[in-house]
Amino acid sequence: MSLTIFVVATAISGTLVSNRLRLSFPKHFFISVFEWFGELGIFVTRLLRACLAPPYEFRELFRQCDEIGSKSLPLVALAGAATGVVLSLQTRDSLVRFGAKAFLPAVIVFSIIKESGPIITGLIVSGRVGAGIGAELGSMKVTEQIDAMEASAVDPYKFLVATRVLACILMLPLLTVVSNFCGIFTGWLANTLSEPISLRLFLEDGFKNMEFTDYIPPVVKTAVFGLTIGIVSCFQGIRTGGGTEGVGRSATNSVVLSSLFVILADVILVRLILMIWG
Amino acid sequence: MKENGGDFLIRITDLQKAFGEQKVLKGISFEVKRGETVAVLGRSGGGKSVLLKLIIGLQAPDAGSIQVAGKEITKLDENQLNEVRKRVGFLFQQAALYDSLSVEDNVAFPLNRHTPMSNEERSNRVHELLADVGMDRDLRKMPSEISGGMQKRVGLARALALDPEILLFDEPTAGLDPITAAEIGDLIVKLKRKRKMSAVVVTHDVHGANAYSDRMVLLHEGNIAAEGSFDDLQGSQDKFVKQFFSYGSR
Repeated sequence: MSLTIFVVATAISGTLVSNRLRLSFPKHFFISVFEWFGELGIFVTRLLRACLAPPYEFRELFRQCDEIGSKSLPLVALAGAATGVVLSLQTRDSLVRFGAKAFLPAVIVFSIIKESGPIITGLIVSGRVGAGIGAELGSMKVTEQIDAMEASAVDPYKFLVATRVLACILMLPLLTVVSNFCGIFTGWLANTLSEPISLRLFLEDGFKNMEFTDYIPPVVKTAVFGLTIGIVSCFQGIRTGGGTEGVGRSATNSVVLSSLFVILADVILVRLILMIWG
Repeated sequence: MKENGGDFLIRITDLQKAFGEQKVLKGISFEVKRGETVAVLGRSGGGKSVLLKLIIGLQAPDAGSIQVAGKEITKLDENQLNEVRKRVGFLFQQAALYDSLSVEDNVAFPLNRHTPMSNEERSNRVHELLADVGMDRDLRKMPSEISGGMQKRVGLARALALDPEILLFDEPTAGLDPITAAEIGDLIVKLKRKRKMSAVVVTHDVHGANAYSDRMVLLHEGNIAAEGSFDDLQGSQDKFVKQFFSYGSR
């Protein structure tokens, strides 16, 4: 855990290096990390206020759901499908060695629903959506579009940030369901090419020991991934400075940091889930 | 200064702003009367654009007072500040049109949020605003499909959407060819006559400013170096003012 925190802190300080090369490394490192978290705190406070106070930007929220959800769908489905195939091929080989081939459907279904599906979706979305949000808001920032919005008496946190963060929270669980479906289907497909088994039997075997409480934590987990991706990439975008170079930096930082935070959140949430649900 | 109908719509007193060690504004004071157009001139990086952002509350001053339409904006909360902002239009240096919206939607953006207009009323208003700036034939185009001069016209239409009492222009003619710059200048004069608004125009263009402003304020090293009409400033014996006007006249 401390290693993960160190990696995240290094990444955060790395995002600020260009402005502070004159400072000595340890001083720069700590100032940058505290500054980043301080600014993030202020950002989240403004975001919460924007989410709670009317008026609500439903039209923009639906547009963002389409942008983040529908347009990520093919990539997420493909990644889910690839995971299912790889998982099936690798697991089959291992289970055959231990004489536990009969457990293959359950292993595929459990590992996809509980871990592979959510984390693959989280990382794919942090790559596609994180870069998109970071670059879009960054570009709006350096071309004064965000200032123009504020000058028009429209809160950019409400219109730009809250809608994107909420869309990420809403879309991640739905995208994960698609990824899971594709993963399980291609897992069966890969399995049935080696040893034919009906889809119905595969699903019955796979879901036989799965309880309703096995579905809830991964869904909650992906909503937290969405929150993480939305906040980190909007934050990186809206604090962009330094022209077009800054936009590129924001896009990269959005992907790097949101991926890192998704992994960190996964570690923490899995521990919490195991503590609560056993 | 009264809330409505008073003499001054903008009153700036001892305004100071610094970025780190660099003091951009060192205590400037000036007023803009109702219906008056004031041109703010000065060298690049002299704090002119910062001054406009301070007036509309996009940045906070380090010290001093900014009164806009009778409100001390440094003491307003976000909602109160937004009420003042609805009375002020801002044309940004690069127009700052929203990339993802068409010309029509850019102009409709403030109307959608701050007026209870029906779709038809809003559409008519957008057409009227775009016709005022000669852009009513390019409604469906995206900002990336129109020239810099056209973008400024659309930005101006958007700034006028809520029928503001005050207009702030940040370098309205910068980066434009002389003909387009003159057209934008003429547009400002036309709008000034038609709508009787107060305006602050930040510019480098001395002669353009002479055409549309009633008074000029020349900033130098964070202070006001000179203030008055074009003739007052052109006849000034101050070294910097003479230099600025002689280069500006070339």
